Amino acid sequence: MRLDWELAVRGYRRYAAYPAATWAGILTNSVFGFIQAYVLLAMYDGRDDIGGYDAADALTYVWLAQAMLAAVNVFGWSDFAERIRRGDVATDLIRPVHPLRAGLAFDYGRALYHIIFRGLPPMVVGAIVFDLTAPGNPLVWAVFFVSIALAVSVSFAFHFLYNLSAFWLLDYRGVMRIAIAVLAFFSGLYIPVRFFPDWLQTLAYLTPFPSMIQIPIDVFVGYTTGVELVVALATQVGWAALLFTACYAAFLRGTRKLVVQGG
Amino acid sequence: MAQIELEAVEKTFVVRRKRGRVRRERTVVRAVDGISFEIEAGSVAGYIGPNGAGKSTTVKMLTGILVPSSGRISVVGLEPSRQRLQLARRIGVMFGQRMQLWWDLPLIDSFQLLRHIYKVPGDHYRRNLERFRELLDLDGFLQTPVRQLSLGQRIRGELTAAMLHDPEIVLLDEPTIGLDVVAKERVREFLTEVNSERGVTVLLTTHDLDDIERLCSRLLVIDHGRLIYDGDLETLKQRYGGERVLVVDLEEPRESLQVDGAHVIRVEGSRQWLAFRRDETSAARLTAAVTAAAPVRDLELHEPDIEDVVRKIYAEGASEPTAGD
Amino acid sequence: MAESLALYVRLVSARVRSQWQYRASFALDILGVFLVTFLDFLAILVIFHNVPQLGGWTVEEVALLYGISGVAFSLTQLAVGQLDLLHQLIRDGNFDLVLIRPRGSLFQVIASDFRPRQVGRVLQAATVLVYALVSVDVAWTAGRVAMVVVAVVGGAAIFAAVWVAAICIVFWTVEGRESVSSVTDAGSFLSQYPIDVYAAWLQRLVTVLVPVAFVAYFPASYILDKPDPLGAPSWVSFASPAVALVAALVAGYVWRFAVRHYRSAGG
Repeated sequence: MRLDWELAVRGYRRYAAYPAATWAGILTNSVFGFIQAYVLLAMYDGRDDIGGYDAADALTYVWLAQAMLAAVNVFGWSDFAERIRRGDVATDLIRPVHPLRAGLAFDYGRALYHIIFRGLPPMVVGAIVFDLTAPGNPLVWAVFFVSIALAVSVSFAFHFLYNLSAFWLLDYRGVMRIAIAVLAFFSGLYIPVRFFPDWLQTLAYLTPFPSMIQIPIDVFVGYTTGVELVVALATQVGWAALLFTACYAAFLRGTRKLVVQGG
Repeated sequence: MAQIELEAVEKTFVVRRKRGRVRRERTVVRAVDGISFEIEAGSVAGYIGPNGAGKSTTVKMLTGILVPSSGRISVVGLEPSRQRLQLARRIGVMFGQRMQLWWDLPLIDSFQLLRHIYKVPGDHYRRNLERFRELLDLDGFLQTPVRQLSLGQRIRGELTAAMLHDPEIVLLDEPTIGLDVVAKERVREFLTEVNSERGVTVLLTTHDLDDIERLCSRLLVIDHGRLIYDGDLETLKQRYGGERVLVVDLEEPRESLQVDGAHVIRVEGSRQWLAFRRDETSAARLTAAVTAAAPVRDLELHEPDIEDVVRKIYAEGASEPTAGD
Repeated sequence: MAESLALYVRLVSARVRSQWQYRASFALDILGVFLVTFLDFLAILVIFHNVPQLGGWTVEEVALLYGISGVAFSLTQLAVGQLDLLHQLIRDGNFDLVLIRPRGSLFQVIASDFRPRQVGRVLQAATVLVYALVSVDVAWTAGRVAMVVVAVVGGAAIFAAVWVAAICIVFWTVEGRESVSSVTDAGSFLSQYPIDVYAAWLQRLVTVLVPVAFVAYFPASYILDKPDPLGAPSWVSFASPAVALVAALVAGYVWRFAVRHYRSAGG
């Protein structure tokens, strides 16, 4: 438990050490926020409801997605794949804590930093210029933050999974690029999943991706209410469990291969 | 007019550093603080000094990478900061620690590319390549990708790269760093050869006194951005670098040893430091004298390094460049 | 000029040759990028699943914007994408090696690498462009066809100029690199949609300061015979080449200014 906390602190500090990168990220998020906001707003010309959202919901969606982008780490990372490729993963095998758990603790620390410093500023910008909505009920806020924490977990497990492909693939980057592109689309980052045609929505919900962006935002804008909140959280928990299990299994097989073949 | 001329050249940097959380500290660093010298065409000069003395900064200003804060620089009649492109054609540069060659390509490909970058006429290129292949024994690895070369091979490639376009001057920044003795000797032979064969002016910065001894007739010593010696090596050695130190581990602690030609400068328990001059006695004779005077367990010979020489010069308060006789 | 072009080809070929050993993954990479970037366009199709028009433009018309902008931007990425490595060159001290050579520094940085993978993006954007060209309701004239070509070429020049000018920030602070995407990628993203949908301040920004409106929007307005694009006369589309030229000159000036700073401040 103590170790988890230490790792989380380190994760937080690692990103707090580069304020320039954070500022640059805030700038990028805000610019994209504006562009997407105007595009979606133009969709509401002459209508009030699209996919169950009104204009205020849609605008809130855009800015929240940009705000969450960094925290949920949509564009991923390849640190662990690099460790595998270079052979450094061997040292992870003799450490007392499983790299999956260590990685998650570290990622929570990072996510906290990003929620505050890459999340708040774009939301403030968006709220100043546009009319956004926010939950009135403090319970909903609480559920929202739980949902974000779960989104971070699902995202972490997913990225970790394709990082593990480095055990078998010489060039994991191709897989990574495809994985991230698919994630970005089906999580609802470009366009709310609620706007998709029904068949595409069904397809989306067969993947873990909406759990990363769409589900938390639906909690926030009040699309998901009452019992549905439980279902939403359960979906995220389910995907997290599934992905972590897959990671664990893949890691086991990968390290076995490493040990047998000598890496 | 000399081929290379510096007149009262200065370079100051403003360094901003964070102090604590918010405050920022602004320091002005005088990397080069009023340097003047001239180098005639065809000479081989060494430019030495401790780390941070301003050597790299001077080289960068000579090549046009950096613009001086004040003063005048003229290289082959051109002003490096204003006429960079023109100058680049006529000088060759080699950085011992940075690589000009293309990492993934065979060595010969790098040469071909450089040939086109420098617009070297076909016959010049072929002739030069032929000569350098001979001088540096490149045939064994011309087709090997640079990333697979050993350090020694890479340096030989870099030297060739710096010379392919028939430069009038070649500037080398620490060319022998990290090389073994044999490889260093090869580099020195090469430089001597191109200097005598082609009249190429050679200016090299180095930490290695042996480089200086083997190559340079002229020596420029820089410290804290100032030129503190400008002359020849012999005079410098006689004046400042004559002293070597024999460190002796005796079987048991004794009073300071009394031996001809050396004096004890330090005693720590059974260990004694004896300083002696090259021209007064040799290490072999001193060793014999010491072992005759007392039972010796072990000994070690310390040569003066450039830091010692420079420190000595500086300590003697030579704020004006002392000319060699 | 011709000699520089020959050298450029030589330098780029050298890069391609060194990567040729990995050519199996080339093809896979290109295919991967080709398929995956369609997701980009899928977002636009999703928009039009919900509404018949966006800012007064139909799906085929927006596809035209996307196609022109996409081909232009991906060509730019192919040509000057290496600017992304500039911050590394500076950080490792290797930009000095660029300054040692008797060639322009910008030329050397641009010619220093080549990423064949980007070809996939060009192909994808070209596919959408072809779809748009055959589906829009346009009476094709020589002038309109020429405008498509002008738009793509001029657009690539504008994107390249914007990229060069923006990346110069790394000469002052290497960490500034992260903010470049807020200009280059955002500019590309923004030009996929009709500028009509943006608020007035943003419209002014992309016509005057970062002129990406001249990449696809104005040329497409001419091709589709849209009167009064952003309240401007229709001949404004013909200004695209001039805008590209001015942008290139400005970018060149910014680069020279930045390198002068680097040479004074010591990198």
